[in-house]
Amino acid sequence: MARQQPNIQSGRLDKAEIDGNFADLHPPLSRSEALIAADRCYFCYDAPCTTACPTGIDIPGFIQKIRSDNIRGSAHTILRENIMGGMCARVCPTEDLCEAACVRYTHEEKPVDIGLLQRYATDPIFAQGTALFERNDSSGKTVAVVGGGPAGLSCAHRLSMLGHDVVVFNRDSKPGGLNEYGIAAYKTIDDFAQREVDYILSIGGIDVRNNMTLGADINLADLRNEYDAVFLGVGLGSVNELGIENEDLAGVENAIDYIADLRQADDKSALPVGERVVVIGGGMTAIDIAVQSKRLGAGRVDIVYRRGRAQMGASDFEQELAQTSGVTIHHWVQPVRLLGDRTVSGIELQKTTLGDDGKLSASGATFVLDADIIFKAIGQKLDDNKLGEELDGLALERGKIVVDESQATSLDNVWAGGDCVVGGDDLTVSAVQHGKIAAIAIDRQLRS
Amino acid sequence: MADLTSEFLNISSPNPFWLASAPPTDKAYNVNRAFEAGWGGVVWKTLGEDPPIVNVNGPRYSALHSNERRVIGFNNIELITDRPLQTNLDEMRQIKRDWPDRAVVASVMFSMNEETWSKYVPMIEDTGADAFELNFGCPHGMSERGMGAAVGQVPEYIQMVTEWCKQAASIPVIVKLTPNVSNIVPPAKAALDGGADAVSLINTINSIMRVDYDTLTMYPTTDGMGTHGGYCGEAVKPIALNMVAEISRNAETAELPISGIGGITNWRDAVDFLALGADNVQVCTAAMVYGFKIIDDLTDGLSMFLDDKGLKSVAELVGKAVPSVTDWQYLNLNYVEKAVIDQDLCIKCGRCHIVCEDTSHQAITQTVNGERHFQVIDEECIGCNLCVSVCPVDSCITMHAVTEGIDARTGQAIVTKSANWTTHPNNPMRKEG
Repeated sequence: MARQQPNIQSGRLDKAEIDGNFADLHPPLSRSEALIAADRCYFCYDAPCTTACPTGIDIPGFIQKIRSDNIRGSAHTILRENIMGGMCARVCPTEDLCEAACVRYTHEEKPVDIGLLQRYATDPIFAQGTALFERNDSSGKTVAVVGGGPAGLSCAHRLSMLGHDVVVFNRDSKPGGLNEYGIAAYKTIDDFAQREVDYILSIGGIDVRNNMTLGADINLADLRNEYDAVFLGVGLGSVNELGIENEDLAGVENAIDYIADLRQADDKSALPVGERVVVIGGGMTAIDIAVQSKRLGAGRVDIVYRRGRAQMGASDFEQELAQTSGVTIHHWVQPVRLLGDRTVSGIELQKTTLGDDGKLSASGATFVLDADIIFKAIGQKLDDNKLGEELDGLALERGKIVVDESQATSLDNVWAGGDCVVGGDDLTVSAVQHGKIAAIAIDRQLRS
Repeated sequence: MADLTSEFLNISSPNPFWLASAPPTDKAYNVNRAFEAGWGGVVWKTLGEDPPIVNVNGPRYSALHSNERRVIGFNNIELITDRPLQTNLDEMRQIKRDWPDRAVVASVMFSMNEETWSKYVPMIEDTGADAFELNFGCPHGMSERGMGAAVGQVPEYIQMVTEWCKQAASIPVIVKLTPNVSNIVPPAKAALDGGADAVSLINTINSIMRVDYDTLTMYPTTDGMGTHGGYCGEAVKPIALNMVAEISRNAETAELPISGIGGITNWRDAVDFLALGADNVQVCTAAMVYGFKIIDDLTDGLSMFLDDKGLKSVAELVGKAVPSVTDWQYLNLNYVEKAVIDQDLCIKCGRCHIVCEDTSHQAITQTVNGERHFQVIDEECIGCNLCVSVCPVDSCITMHAVTEGIDARTGQAIVTKSANWTTHPNNPMRKEG
């Protein structure tokens, strides 16, 4: 029997519909909305929201400044702790962080809109390019930062503020890392990632060199010799394997690659979209690829995840977003094998159960979901093939770089942060904090 | 249902809520709408001599807003009526004819000249108005011409002008007092001595709302220049309540009926005024902010409240709280209270802790056994009520009397016998007990 061709095509929706589907997920607050939202803040002492923020932003402080119309001061309060406070206002899972800790949540199950207020305070700064930070007198030192993502840029900005020169070696053709290539398009519209990068670099003293990959164009040993210190913010460059039959069929794709193409596409309607899409995984990436596929016009999108709702890496809000976007989430199923001949046609799945010992086991019942495209979103790992020798001497644990509380690695003069380190958690806000802490530690060492 | 009928100076009105003399009572059109909405009476916008005064043609009002733009305080530079006297008199006469069950009071302001008063008072009384209210309170514009607050700030003038009015009038005379004085009792006493049948208070307070942050001029202005106005609205209520209570509890003025004015926005505000000695109340700002419909909540809420308290009429509420107002020197210094935080209601915002820590007596914990936990330290608590005042959760922190045992702060036994400053050993002027 002749195999049916996969139904993959572009232009499923017209441009106007796609523009609507990829409009701002959380539209910005107007001034009057912001003032009312700000008024709900109780100005807590030793505020739980600040404790919950990985970068420790003084949240009641910046909200108080919104309340008094001191927007520039509010933005400074945010950005001095988190130079990517603009992006974090858009992409942070606030429902799991600051807003989960808000005492208003305790009081009335509706937290202060901290994320939206943070965006309200910071948007004008990026729109107008208002300089809020100055460089200290030059130290005469130069630091190599490997990676142009949130960790690297945060580190570079802080180092520049502290008076050091920085060279950023960036793998991609544009800086920004996952902010530029990895986040769902409806969370960061109007090229915000590049506008934020431009703002960060506008402090001066940061030389970004694109298309420079560690292990190919540069190596760690040389950097250690040539620079006064090195920061590694290389992210997780390769994708985990499913380790099942037929993983190499055409139509089996890495979610992060497709998301990157989507983010870089000038015309999203030109992207190829499957009629039937299956996403394997339970994190933010799984949600991002599933929702975006649906919004590009996919007919049926299923997420399959081997554990339950509570164990999903994606927050409740993200899961609801998927479901209200028309995505079906299947819990407690795991892939058995992929089906198809040269091109993928479906996936065979098996029910899982959690044993008393906490281990997951698959029971007999299996079923098949037809698919034109299957996206793998089961996590990334350090690109140890490329970095192989480079990582020699770096202490690793479960494939990630081991760092101490100041983000120092086991190698002298080498710090690291972001997703590539043990404790990295796939959040922009955490990566920014790592970069900031490392920069402060590097500064201390360079001046000692 | 409690009886809301009000008999103020034998002037009947179906409820004790009158609209104060102000823009809402400027003309028949507004007053008809007010009576249709259910207001008990009006004090007509202050009448003056012909030719009428003129108002500015720019901003008359400005407001103190909360962030959600709720009006907390309100400022105005409007003067008395700017319409010919006869127009007002014709309309008042018609209104009184059309609404015989409502109170219509004529607010008046004339120059300091007895002939003027004896000329105008009978003309106005002829409209059928129920009473006069003498505007000795307007603090802007008219006071520059020796009227309004310029009279109300000098007790001798109050008495003299009140006498002129009383001589010419056969209906009751209410004297409206200005709060722009250091002590409200002498002006009230002067009104009484001049023969006033009642006082009404407060008029507005001298005020400038703010500056314009762009131009660094005061705000608002008329062609770049501004002048102080009269402040009113919710923000002034506590000032008004104190003045009403002072007149009510002072032996020299206690007999004066009072029409209470100042920031009344809902029925609870009215309860405050009535319980502190006002016999009825007047409202302006709330109507100017929300329209006449607020009368529904004012009357309904007051009626429900009286029912809940087992009071059959407004008169039974009047003055209930006056005996609880005294001088500081008579407060019982042996009485001890401590704050108690209800841990089930506490949302752990920490505001009680930080205000006590920074500005009071370090009497609330931040952590207990390493956990975020806010609890009163009785050994430090002076019972000041600051934590209760700042707590965002209603009834989460309450004050409890310590009636026996030891005061943990002082280590002294609780003394149940009352003792105040007048006999305190630290008082060099103490009376021997």
